[in-house]
This record gives sequence, C-alpha cells and structure tokens, in this order.
Amino acid sequence: MDFVIVMVVLAAVVLFVSAPLRRGIRAETGGGGELADLEAAREAKYREIRDAELDHRTGKLSDEDYARIDGALRGEAIEILHAIDTISKR
Amino acid sequence: MMAPVGRTLLILGLLVAAYGVVASIYGARAGKREWVDSGRRSVYALAGLMTIAWVIVEAAFLRSDFSFNVVASHSSTTTPTFYKLAAPWSSQEGSLLLWVWLMSLWSSLVLSLTRRRVREIAPYATAVLLGFAAFFTSLAAFFANPFATTSTPPAEGSGLDPLLLHPSMMIHPPMLYSGYTLLAIPFAFGVGALITGRLNVEWISVTRRFALAAWLFLGIGIVLGARWSYTELGWGGYWAWDPVENAALMPWLCTTAFIHSIMIQEKRGMLKVWNVSLVLASGTLAILGTFLVRSGVLDSIHAFGASTLGVPFVLLLTVMIVAAIGLVLWRRNQLRAEAQLDSLLSREAVFLLQNMVLLAMVFVIFWITFFPLISEALTGTKVSVGPPAFRPFIVPLALVLVALAGIGPIIAWRRVTAANLRRSFTLPVLAGVATAVVLLLAGGAGARPFALAMFALGTFVLASVVQELWRGAAARRAMTRESPPLALLRVVRRNHRRYGGYIVHAGLAVLLIGVAASSSFQHSRDVLLKPGQSARVDGYLIRYVRPTAAATAQKISFGAVLAVSRGGRHVTTLRTARGFYPSQDPTQGPIGRFFDGEADSDVGLRAGLTKDIWMVANPDLTPLKGLIDQGNRVFSAELTQTMTRVAKNSLAQQQAALAPLWQLRDQAITEIAARYVTHPWPVEFLLIVDPLVTWIWLGAIIIAGGGLIALWPVPVPLWRRVRAERRARATASPVSPAREPA
Amino acid sequence: MDPSRKRAIRLVVALTAALLLAAALVYISFNAGRREVTASQLLRVAKPGQSYILAGTVLTGSVRRDGAALLFRIRDPKLHLSVPVRYTGAVPDPFAAGRAVMVTVQEQPASSTFVGEQNSLTTKCPSKYQAQAAT
Repeated sequence: MDFVIVMVVLAAVVLFVSAPLRRGIRAETGGGGELADLEAAREAKYREIRDAELDHRTGKLSDEDYARIDGALRGEAIEILHAIDTISKR
Repeated sequence: MMAPVGRTLLILGLLVAAYGVVASIYGARAGKREWVDSGRRSVYALAGLMTIAWVIVEAAFLRSDFSFNVVASHSSTTTPTFYKLAAPWSSQEGSLLLWVWLMSLWSSLVLSLTRRRVREIAPYATAVLLGFAAFFTSLAAFFANPFATTSTPPAEGSGLDPLLLHPSMMIHPPMLYSGYTLLAIPFAFGVGALITGRLNVEWISVTRRFALAAWLFLGIGIVLGARWSYTELGWGGYWAWDPVENAALMPWLCTTAFIHSIMIQEKRGMLKVWNVSLVLASGTLAILGTFLVRSGVLDSIHAFGASTLGVPFVLLLTVMIVAAIGLVLWRRNQLRAEAQLDSLLSREAVFLLQNMVLLAMVFVIFWITFFPLISEALTGTKVSVGPPAFRPFIVPLALVLVALAGIGPIIAWRRVTAANLRRSFTLPVLAGVATAVVLLLAGGAGARPFALAMFALGTFVLASVVQELWRGAAARRAMTRESPPLALLRVVRRNHRRYGGYIVHAGLAVLLIGVAASSSFQHSRDVLLKPGQSARVDGYLIRYVRPTAAATAQKISFGAVLAVSRGGRHVTTLRTARGFYPSQDPTQGPIGRFFDGEADSDVGLRAGLTKDIWMVANPDLTPLKGLIDQGNRVFSAELTQTMTRVAKNSLAQQQAALAPLWQLRDQAITEIAARYVTHPWPVEFLLIVDPLVTWIWLGAIIIAGGGLIALWPVPVPLWRRVRAERRARATASPVSPAREPA
Repeated sequence: MDPSRKRAIRLVVALTAALLLAAALVYISFNAGRREVTASQLLRVAKPGQSYILAGTVLTGSVRRDGAALLFRIRDPKLHLSVPVRYTGAVPDPFAAGRAVMVTVQEQPASSTFVGEQNSLTTKCPSKYQAQAAT
C-alpha cells in the first residue's frame, strides 16, 4: 500500500513537472524585461505624484515647492510613458 | 504505517528541488521558457509533497502513534488536542519540516503571482529558493528525520514540555518560521536581480510585500515570545537578550531598514547598494537565526543543544555571505545612484540616518551575542558579556530611532523649507516638551533621564502621527465634504502604504514607552512569607492569605492566594502556583518522581493600563522530603513484591495486579501534597509591580494593525482610476520636461 | 558647497561615528566580559573575588534547598567531576537535575563552594535539545 502511494505520487510529480517540456517550445518575447522595468517605474512615479499632492494638501510642501516638484515629476512620468510607447511599438 | 511514505516524500522533495534548481538555471541561460516553467512547477510540486508529509506527521501526533520517535518524545495520550497539533514544531525534526513546508508554500505563492513578471530574474530566484528548500529537506531527511520510527513503541509518550503548554507557544514558532521563510523570497529575488543585472525598481516592487509580510510575521513571533516569557516563565521579565531572542531581532531590524530604504529607490533611484545589501543581510541573518537555535553553538535557554546540524549551517552561511559580497561587488557599477541627496532636511536623509541607526543596532546585538565565539577565536578564552552590556548602546540608539520615527512622517521628500519645518514640527515638538515638563514636575521621572527622553520622544511621535492623520482627513474633507471619520477612513484606504506606516510608528512609540517605563520604574521584592504575613511593594500591601495544593495524574501544584490592597482598599485577589510534572526518572522513586520533575509557574497577574501586579511562588518542598522518602521506601517494596508475584503473568494481568497499588500511590501523593495546606511553612514569593507593561502588548497590536494596512492590496478599480486620472493630467497640463537640478 | 565635497564630509562623519561605536563595543566587551568556563576549567583558574560564568549540567541527585538558598552541583561536560554551587535568587522554571545551566559564580574564600550571583541562573529550554550522536 505504501509502495502504491509512493508510485502514484511520483508519477503525479513527474507528469506535473515535465508538462511544459512535453508541450514543446514556447516563443520568448523580446524586450519583456525592459518594458517591465519601465512599467514598474511608471507605477512608482504615479505614487510619487500622488504623494507629493498629499504632502502639499497636508502642508508639508509650500505652493512654490509643490509646483516645482509636481512639474518635475510629471515630466519624468511623461518620459517614462514615451519610453513605454517606443518599446511597445517595436 | 505512513512513516516510510513520509521519508520517501522527503527524499522525493529533495530530488524535485535539485531538479528545479538545474532546470531553472538551464532555462534562463539557454532562453528556454519551457525549462523555466518546469523549474517553477518543481516549487509547486515540492509544496504538494511537503504538505502531504506535514499531514502525515500531524496525523501521527493526533492519533498518538508512538512508533514515530518524534511523537513518543514530544507528545502523550494526555496532551490536549490543541497542543498535539503544535507539538511537531517543539522538536528539531518537526520544526525543520515546518520550515521546508512554509518555505515551499511562500515560494509557490510568489512564483505564481509573478509568473508573468520579472521573467529574467524569476528563474534565478526559483533556483535560490529551491536551493534553500533542498538544504532544509536534506537536513530533515538525513540528520533529523521526523519519520524515524521504532519497532517497540512505548505505551505512553514523554509528553510536551509543560512550559510549552501555553497558547503563545502554539503560535510563536509558526510566526517566526513564516518570517524567516518569507525573508528568503526578497533574498532570492535580490540575488536574481544581481545575477541578471536588472537592478531597477521592478524586483523591489515584486518582493516588497513579501518583505513586509516577513517583517510582520517575525515581529508577531518576537512579541509572542516576549509575552510567553512574561506570563509563563517565573522571572517577571519579557526580554532577556538571550541569543535566540537576538537571533530573531536582528533580521527584523535589518528588514525594517530594508522596507523603508526601498521607498527611496522607488522614488529617487537612490540607495541601491544599501537595498541589495540589506536584503541579502536580512536573508542571511534569518538563516543565522535558524542556525543559532539548532546548533547549540551559543549557550542559551533556547538552543537546540549540541546537535549535528552546526556544520551544514556554517557551510550554507559561508556560501551565502561569500556569494552576496561577490555579487554586490560584481554589479557595483549598475548599483550607482540615479540621484543624489538634495538636503539633510529631507525624508531621504532621515531614511538614510535610520538605516545607519538600525544597522548599528544589528551590529551591537551581533557583536555582544557572538562575543563568546569571537573572544575564543581571538584569545582562546570564551568570554561572555551579559545583558547589561546592551544598554549603553541600544538605549541611545533606540532614542534616536524613535525621534526619526516621529520626524519621518512630517518631513517632505527632497527638500523642506524653514517655514514648512515650523508648520509641521511645532505641535509635535510642543507635545513632547510638555510631556517632559509634566513628568519632571510630577516627580520621579527626572531620576531616569533615558526613560524621560523616551516618554517625550514617544509623545512627539504620537503627536506627529495624529497630526498627519488629521491633516490627511482634513485635506480630503476639503475636496469631498465627507464626515471626519469617513474622510479619515478613505484617506487611509487610498494611501494605505503611507498611513499604515504611520500607524506602525505610533505603535512603536507606544511599545517603547511601555518598555522604558517597565524597565526603569519596576518595583520588585523577593520575600519569605507565612500565611497571614504581608509585604509592601510600591505602595501595595500584599498579604499571603492561604496556601493551595492540587494533585492530578498530570501535575501537582503548590500555590497561594494573595490579597492585594492599597490605602486600606482591596485591589484584587491573585492566585499563583508552582506546578510539578511527573518525571520519567525511576531513580527518583515511585513517589519522589511526582515531586522532582519538570516545573512551571502559574503566574498571578493583574494587568492594567497603568500597572501590572505580578507574582509567583517558589515553594520549598524540603519539609515534605521525609514523607516522600518514606513513600518511596514503602511503594518500592510493594512494587517489587507485586512484580515478583506476577512476573510470569501476561502484561494485562500484571497491569491488573498493579492497579490497586497505583490507586494507593495516588492517594498517598494527594495526602502528602495536602500537608502543604494543613501544615503550611514559609514560602518564597517574587512580587513585582510594573508600570505600563500593557502598553507593550497594545503597541505591538497597533504595529501589527498598521503593518496589515500597509500590506493590504490596493483594489483594482482604484488603480485603474488613478492611472486614468494621471494619463489625463499628464497630457492636458503644461509640464516642464526638464529634470530638477541634482 | 560642492556636492561631492558635501558627500565626502558626510561619509567621513558616518565612518567616524561607526568607528567610535565599534571601539566602544570592543572596549566594553573585553573589559566587562566574564570568562565562560566549564567545571574543570573553573577549578583550575578560579581566583577568589573574580566572577566566572559557569556552564554545565546539573548533577542528578545534587539539588537540595537550604532555606532560601539552592544548592546543586554542576558537572563538567567531558570529565567526571563537578563543582558545588550555592545560589540565591530566581530559579528558572526549566531548572532541574540533568539540565544544562549557566550561572555566574565567585569562589568563596576558605570554602570549596562557589557562590552564585543573585538571579544569574539560566537554564536551557529542554524542548529543542538534541544530544550529540556517537559520544
């Protein structure tokens, strides 16, 4: 009985782990890494923009400081969005 | 019997892990996605195998299958079911299996969640995670096998150590192990990022939650251990700077630095070297902590004694440290910061300083903990530095840390102006100063300047957090006209990382205020009291009312009822007892073994928001020695006679012949124990009045709540709305394309 | 001020603070530390008035009380000898004969007994103990 259980488990593991190999070769999409980096940077930039806005609303940043920082962050965000567009078109 | 199946599953798990390491690395190097997928499936398969293995062990404990050595040595038929479930991790073998099982579950989760992301890093991370799994699986399979059996199982097990029969002890190890195993994930992804050179934000955004979860679980485990120490062990403290306590604290401090520091990399592309170093250090310290508990290399109340696991752990740690240093040096060019520190008056500077303080604390704890080994290596003599050595370093560092915890939430990123500083700091600083003045005037606090400083700084932190919550809710109300509670809820929900973090800071302040008060203003007395006598502690009169005694098959307890009053008014009645569990040592005699075995304390505790009244009894059983010795002689003789008479009978007949003798024995034990009540003698009590201990547990709950809020996933609709708003604004409003000057 | 000069100054300040911390640690460790010894080492090196951390196992059958004091013997891990200890203070719950303990002791002049420092007794939690195989 123990032997049967072990053989069943072994067969299940082998079948499960080898399934991708038996399915065959999948095409690898290029540029995935760079795009993922940019998308992560974009999300981080959006969070930064929101944080700066909240800092301004809660009085940690003056109007002048906020305008300067917000402008810079939005500029950086646009650069990231352009880079994403460029890679997506490739 | 499933034991052979269990052992086979361990070996199968080891083979699957080894295959997965090779498949992942090969798939990554050769660009063959199918091999990478197969490697990832190895992790899932390992999780499945370890789950089955775990179920087999738990089932053996639940049905008290003493053919399993680990069950026989750590459980018994009389162990409550609740504790039978926890008993596996009270042993070396079971805890190793728990480690692998949790490791495989978390690894499966992270790889499933990231299967379409970090595609270059993930295979190497998979290989590292499976490498860890293979290491621990091989330890379980070949060095500390939970499926080892005996062909002559005992009729009864040794039972769980009575000190572990406590709810905190049920949960403490799984929390700690969850923390340790979760730390392996950011470690693995950090290694993967270094190997592939993909050192930007992506690997951090993937692993941040796991680092935070590790920090949360580890913190809960540490606090549960402290709570157990305070309520179960009879010494009245919650932290002893024991090596195993320190082993959990070090990775927690390191991870605290990491989860703050990665915010700076996300926002500014700075502190990249710090972040990879911190994540590698946290993972290494987690393994070091596991090593400390199991190797017996340092004398501790908690170490796994002199085991055979020391050498494999040292090898693993060596590989980890050498590889970590090598990888960071190899990629040092790609780890250059994208921006520089604009100003010392900025949140970035505060985070950087906080990193240094936390690392300094880790270094101090590491040095003092390992000093016996360091001194032996350098001088040939083992020298220990006791807990008092921590104080001159940890206390000032903790004060700086608390100050930073208050400054961080109220200072802006990049640079602040003097006007903004005034606006943000005035109220919290006033609150802190007012607290210090009030406490100085009230008297007493001036004699403990460090405690006073902690109270003032703690108030500063609480005030800064309240100010931030208030201003955030007010800002939202200005836009939405919501009611204050709703505005507060929604602003926290929308910015859960930020406000979750602030709540954690508030919890830390509460906790450290509790630590400062309880360690600086504790009143403690060791007294010898007869029934009717009293002692004074911190204005409380504590009277020993009467002794108590109870005897069951599991335990004999000798205790006391004590009445606490203050100013003539009754405050509370407390009961405390010392329990003695039967020893298995036959040399102690058939009666003596019930009085000379394991002992535990039932602490008499009245916990309050301002003070705890804590007491234990330590009864001296010497007055019973004559009766016990007499009982040993009588029952040993009877036992010998009976066994001689029934030696040739069957086991059942022998047990039937002995049954009346055991009844008489139990009666004798009850009567001997009753002497403690009928003929009482002076008993030693440890009486403690400790202020603000409850704040420690409350602070920990607040920290956990804040951590959960920070960890909570943002609802998807919220993200879509934010992206849409941002896209609209980014295209509509005029923006300057120039970067801010560095 | 030039940014690179600012960075250099900050680095120097940080490194100086780190060095001071390390120096203080090393100084306190070597000065305030107590030697950790086994029973045989203690018998060899003990000087009256000096404290040592004695580590070993409580000898079975040696534990008894004398009023508020706890008397026991700690045996050497390798040699067949033990030293007597007279201890007052908190006794950890796991304390029992056969358990591994550590206690800070001083030699009493004109006596073979070592006096344990109050509340310095610690006992290893037995739940994780695993005896070394093959010895």
